[in-house]
Amino acid sequence: MPKKNGNQPDRAPETPVPMKGGQMIWEAMVREGVRVVYGHPGGAILPAYDLLSPYEKEGKIHHVLVRHEQCAAHMADGWARATGEVGVCVATSGPGATNLITGLATAQMDSVPIVAVTGQVPTNLLGTDAFQESDVVGVSAPVCKHNYLVTDVADLPLILKEAFHIAREGRPGVVLIDICKDVQNATGEFRYDFEIDLPGFEPWPNVDMDIVRTAAELINKAERPLVLSGHGVQLARMGRELLELVERAEIPVVTTLLGTGNIPESHPLSLGMGGMHGEAYANRAVQACDVLIAMGMRFDDRITGRLDSFAKQAKIIHFELDRAEVGKNVVPDVPVIGDLAETLPAMLPMIEERRHQIWLQELKEWETDSAQTDIINYEVDELIPPYVIRQLWHSTSNASSEPAIIVTDVGQHQMWECQYFTHDQPGQLLTSGGLGTMGFALPAAIGAQMAFPDRLVWAVAGDGGFQMTLQELAVIKQEGNLPIKIAIINNGFLGMVRQWQQLFYEKRYTGTPVWSPDFVQLAAAYQIPALHVTKPEEVVPAFEKAHATPGPFLIDFRVKEEVNVYPMVAPGAAVDQLIRRPKPAVMQGYSGVQPSW
Amino acid sequence: MKYTLIAWMRDKPGVLSRVSGMMRRRNFNIDSLQVGHTESPGISRMTFVVDGNERMVDQVIKQLRKLVDVTRVEDISEQPIVAREMALIRVSTNADNRSEIVQMVNIYRGEIVDVAMDSMIVQIVGAQDRVDSLIDLLSNFGISEMVRTGPVAMARGRTERTARRSSAVWRAQANGRDATATERFKTGGV
Repeated sequence: MPKKNGNQPDRAPETPVPMKGGQMIWEAMVREGVRVVYGHPGGAILPAYDLLSPYEKEGKIHHVLVRHEQCAAHMADGWARATGEVGVCVATSGPGATNLITGLATAQMDSVPIVAVTGQVPTNLLGTDAFQESDVVGVSAPVCKHNYLVTDVADLPLILKEAFHIAREGRPGVVLIDICKDVQNATGEFRYDFEIDLPGFEPWPNVDMDIVRTAAELINKAERPLVLSGHGVQLARMGRELLELVERAEIPVVTTLLGTGNIPESHPLSLGMGGMHGEAYANRAVQACDVLIAMGMRFDDRITGRLDSFAKQAKIIHFELDRAEVGKNVVPDVPVIGDLAETLPAMLPMIEERRHQIWLQELKEWETDSAQTDIINYEVDELIPPYVIRQLWHSTSNASSEPAIIVTDVGQHQMWECQYFTHDQPGQLLTSGGLGTMGFALPAAIGAQMAFPDRLVWAVAGDGGFQMTLQELAVIKQEGNLPIKIAIINNGFLGMVRQWQQLFYEKRYTGTPVWSPDFVQLAAAYQIPALHVTKPEEVVPAFEKAHATPGPFLIDFRVKEEVNVYPMVAPGAAVDQLIRRPKPAVMQGYSGVQPSW
Repeated sequence: MKYTLIAWMRDKPGVLSRVSGMMRRRNFNIDSLQVGHTESPGISRMTFVVDGNERMVDQVIKQLRKLVDVTRVEDISEQPIVAREMALIRVSTNADNRSEIVQMVNIYRGEIVDVAMDSMIVQIVGAQDRVDSLIDLLSNFGISEMVRTGPVAMARGRTERTARRSSAVWRAQANGRDATATERFKTGGV
């Protein structure tokens, strides 16, 4: 459970020590337990970088030089998603700071705690359009939980403490601190034992037990209950309690993209992901349940489809920490506002042991209508992406006792990963859900791998997205040959856009064919071992080779070009209005037996 | 429907742009916005008039409350309130109509704050409809310039602060019953 109070009022007051502003940044980070920062230096942040060196020498803080600031934010994001701690990124003023924005927006949309520090021109030049000046506080405000411009060194220690507090507490998010260059050079008094006094910041709303009871009563009465669980379950670390709830009352579970693995996907009550590319039966369950228990999710349009036909028959219970998400898209019948780590355990004792045989039987029949087994049951004679992902799952399950962390980019391969990889643990999949940021996979995987050096981390990307941030391959080497494995699902197209063009724009493939370099030669230039895979029978050996090779490894899967993600709910359609895979299915030669993969 | 909201916020640099930026980003329609100091130093008070439906206003309140610098938000639309706005109106005059204008302004308890040979400035403070109606009358003489604030508002007859009470709760109480848990949480809860 997250710490509810960062203050330690019982201690003797800390004696302030004189310190330069630039050093205060690092001192505060050490106090916050930050070990790694991702950044790129430049003129306006130089004083701070200069004062970083003693912290690096003493091994307190490790600085990772990125090749583009967007990736500094993504790496901090990957670190934060993997650990649950606050990720930190640093950039200089102007272009450094504006380059961060995409990464910060990605983290903010997915409730990932990040503190970003940017240099700013000296206070006397503020507002003069000085060299490398940009209004970073103005530019970043819409994609931040909060932000600060520091023009006086006396304010800096408190601002640093507030920033970490705001980023971490409640629904996590991004806080940016823009620090003028002269403030970094100025000497002030540093102490860090402030009481946080933010009357307008209410991270943990009080829980109303009446409403928890109302929710429990509704669940106890339900005949066709369904849990729709999201990222909030992972943020509150309530996976076990969720499992207890659904097992006791026999409630099937659909997850959002970021909720994958909230309960093990191999569990009989798991229906997998719902929404735009969810299985037909998962969405059908949403449209047929009588009580929909939404937990730590925000009714994104990708999960609800057309809102005015979303779960109209159901009573909706919404467990949510962020009040503003309650009633934003869907108005619940029972809004349970508060920390899920408080509300769910409080509700559990009120939940009766129930069996829902008829409901589960019905779901079981629907489950025969599956786009996934549909394709899994065909033997492969061409290299298709779902097969590659399925093998990735087999291979990683065999290669490591701890579940692998899969970091995906955005697009078709991301949806295939959700469909064909069985996530049995929360947090196994790190992906940009809300913002859908291409180029996320490689840098976020670097962050996750640095957080867990011993775990198996796979970055799965398309040929389009990979080329957005491939310069970060250099970081893999500079950071001592990080053992990241990279799979490029290379279909020569911006696949998801092409799929939309095929389905909604009469196959006019404008701007979607992608020319790519030879990724194996490219990897060689970065001294990373790599392989091409063009045939199905090469897939398993390639994965085995990757797992057997110490250090990084890259596989370029040259998959069949025009394969679509099915089923698909067209944007703006109701979730039970599906576009299905045309028959015959993609594969030839049905063998009639369950294949080995 | 028009809703009147009051928000209290820490008087920090950029707080106005945070609030207006959030309103623009979320596509909320603000009719008017007034900012000023309050009885507590360091706290500013904003009065909003928002045009929309109940769900939108519910979101406005919740999104405002999410801003770290905003300390309190109240929806006073359904309470008895005093709401006043002010206008300065430059009316074209001549020797013939000057006294007629003065009379009208007096009826409206306005003030003439400046007089020139061919124009005068009229000041009016009052509820929105009163200001509207005087402007309407004066337009017959020719208004050459006008500036008008939006309303500032305060709830009547209560000394105790009843912050964070949703309009659904006010309505329930007006109907002589206690609010249900669902109603209490409707616009953010207690």
